[in-house]
Amino acid sequence: MAVDTAPAPATSLVDPAQGRLPRWATWAFLAGGVVAAFLLLLVLGNPTVAGVVGLGAVLYAVGATVASFVVEGRRRAVDRLATTLVTGAFLLALIPLVSLVLLVVTRGMTSFSWTFLTTDMVGIFGDMTEGGIAHAIVGTLLITFAAAVISVPIGLLTAIYLVEYGRGPLARAITFLVDVMTGIPSIVAGLFGFAVFTLALGPAFRAGIMGAVALSLLMTPVVIRSVEEMLRLVPNELREASYALGVPKWLTIVKVVLRTAAAGIVTGVMLAVARIIGETAPLLLTVGLVTQMNTSLFEGRMATLPVFAFRQYEQGGTGIDRAWAAALTLILIVMLLNLLARLISRWFAPKGAR
Amino acid sequence: MALTTTPRRSGTSPDGEQVDAGAAVRAASTGRVGSRVFAGLSTGAGVLILLTLAAVAVFLVIRAWPALTASSEELGDISWFNGDSVAEYVGPLIFGTLLASVLALLIAVPVSVGIALFISHYAPRRLAQSLGYLIDLLAAIPSVVYGLWGALWLLGVVDPFFEWLSGALGFIPLFADYQAPAKNILSASIVLAVMILPIITAVSREVFLQTPRLHEEASLALGATRWEMVRQAVLPFGRSGVISASMLGLGRALGETMAVLMVISPGFLYSFHLLQPGQHQTIAANIASKFPEASGLSVSALIATGLALFVITFAVNFVARWIIARRAEFSGAN
Repeated sequence: MAVDTAPAPATSLVDPAQGRLPRWATWAFLAGGVVAAFLLLLVLGNPTVAGVVGLGAVLYAVGATVASFVVEGRRRAVDRLATTLVTGAFLLALIPLVSLVLLVVTRGMTSFSWTFLTTDMVGIFGDMTEGGIAHAIVGTLLITFAAAVISVPIGLLTAIYLVEYGRGPLARAITFLVDVMTGIPSIVAGLFGFAVFTLALGPAFRAGIMGAVALSLLMTPVVIRSVEEMLRLVPNELREASYALGVPKWLTIVKVVLRTAAAGIVTGVMLAVARIIGETAPLLLTVGLVTQMNTSLFEGRMATLPVFAFRQYEQGGTGIDRAWAAALTLILIVMLLNLLARLISRWFAPKGAR
Repeated sequence: MALTTTPRRSGTSPDGEQVDAGAAVRAASTGRVGSRVFAGLSTGAGVLILLTLAAVAVFLVIRAWPALTASSEELGDISWFNGDSVAEYVGPLIFGTLLASVLALLIAVPVSVGIALFISHYAPRRLAQSLGYLIDLLAAIPSVVYGLWGALWLLGVVDPFFEWLSGALGFIPLFADYQAPAKNILSASIVLAVMILPIITAVSREVFLQTPRLHEEASLALGATRWEMVRQAVLPFGRSGVISASMLGLGRALGETMAVLMVISPGFLYSFHLLQPGQHQTIAANIASKFPEASGLSVSALIATGLALFVITFAVNFVARWIIARRAEFSGAN
């Protein structure tokens, strides 16, 4: 239907008499654009890498389009311009990714060491360069683990309900609200965790479990979504074969459906963990920061990597180096979880399922 | 609903009730009890989700209530409070939140649609999947790292550009009065744009890939160039998908805390001076910066602003999901 509504081009086919730019023209224009940009900036003042690349890209787009317009006609010129812009959008998105990774690695390496990973911040003040993040790593792992313990059973059961039992308005409402729940701002989740515990236990109460509850609010919808997707991939023939053998429904779900989808479920849970392990705002509101190790989830403030990185950045000075090193540690953990998740799904994927 | 399907299931199981052999009866009855317990558990979990969502609203309202009902003198005792009521206080914050998010959306949507098109229709087919994964990596980076990146790298990079913009177009109020560390709302929006790029790209890409092959081939067969094919077949098909993806991105940008907190220099004005620092602040960043030191009524006031943020994001996400759900029901692709 979309094709019908398009306006008929004036010349319905590209005129065969019109010329085509040779294949190497793209590269020639690209090189020309960059060289011209360099010379232009050299004349105007000092050429920087960013300036040359940026101006070169613009000059290339203009030059190639004009040349194409002259040689190949309007339609091919527009097509060429669109290709340039679409490719440019992709390359543009790589700038933050590459610069961020480079920056975190190079700046993070200055303080990153075994001692940094295994000491805490007791007795560190002023411009001292010592100190480490052992307490923050432990805090992050404990709180994330507690959040997973809360969200995984609830998420798993809800996903089972949606796939195996849910029909009618209740299931539709849950599906819809789970989607809406994915969009809850993390700071609101933090306020929720704070409000629940301070209403029950007094305004001064602080403990890791507050942060865990806040994070589980963010994690549960992600778990539900990914588990649901995995359960839907389980072929119906398996369920029917199980029913035909007289196996009750719940045993079918536990022994057949969940068993088949196990790898996918583990992958989904790990990706959900990777998503919330870097959350800062909810922990800033609920758990705060301390300088020494606290291994109890139910008593007192705890240190976590994201909050630690933020506070060190705020402090400035040598704190900036620690912030980068903590960021590097955090990214390494997240990437490790992502990698593990993908490897698990590749190794343990049910054979012949797709 | 679940409870009505369960008995039917055990009813169709090989007639357990009529067989007298004890083992068969026991097997059937444990099956029935087990099924009922399991159905109850999973339904309970589903209902728990609904209750949690309601609880978020209820608890926020309870905690915000003292501030919502307090007199202007009581509120005036809070050192950082300006205005006579919570509504007056939150007004500039809502303005700043919306402005930052809309700017982020204006930057992110064209780029995201370009990336989605590149991955779905332009990149070599063998590379497409790994290129998509590369963009998804942006979503895995923690927000505090984006904050560091924005505050310690991006501000320096955009500085000459803003300088030029303010010099060349400074007569337009939008670009007037740039000051050197670029801790203004436009920088914050650029960081936000990078953060919401992956979700908009992912959803748009999925929709573009669903374009019926016949539409594309028909267009190409009529002699269309690749761009004409995209404009005639892919974009009309994906329009509603891109709209809902943008709404999801908007929801994400509205609630993002750390990037704004670490980049922007705060102010509480209704101002369109995008390049001037000290003009804007968002709700989320304001809560994060004031909450750790707050106590008593000021906590309530901050939670009241959080309630406003919750309502706004809930509405945006609600509409976005509604558009997606409606599309799934009526689109010819499914």
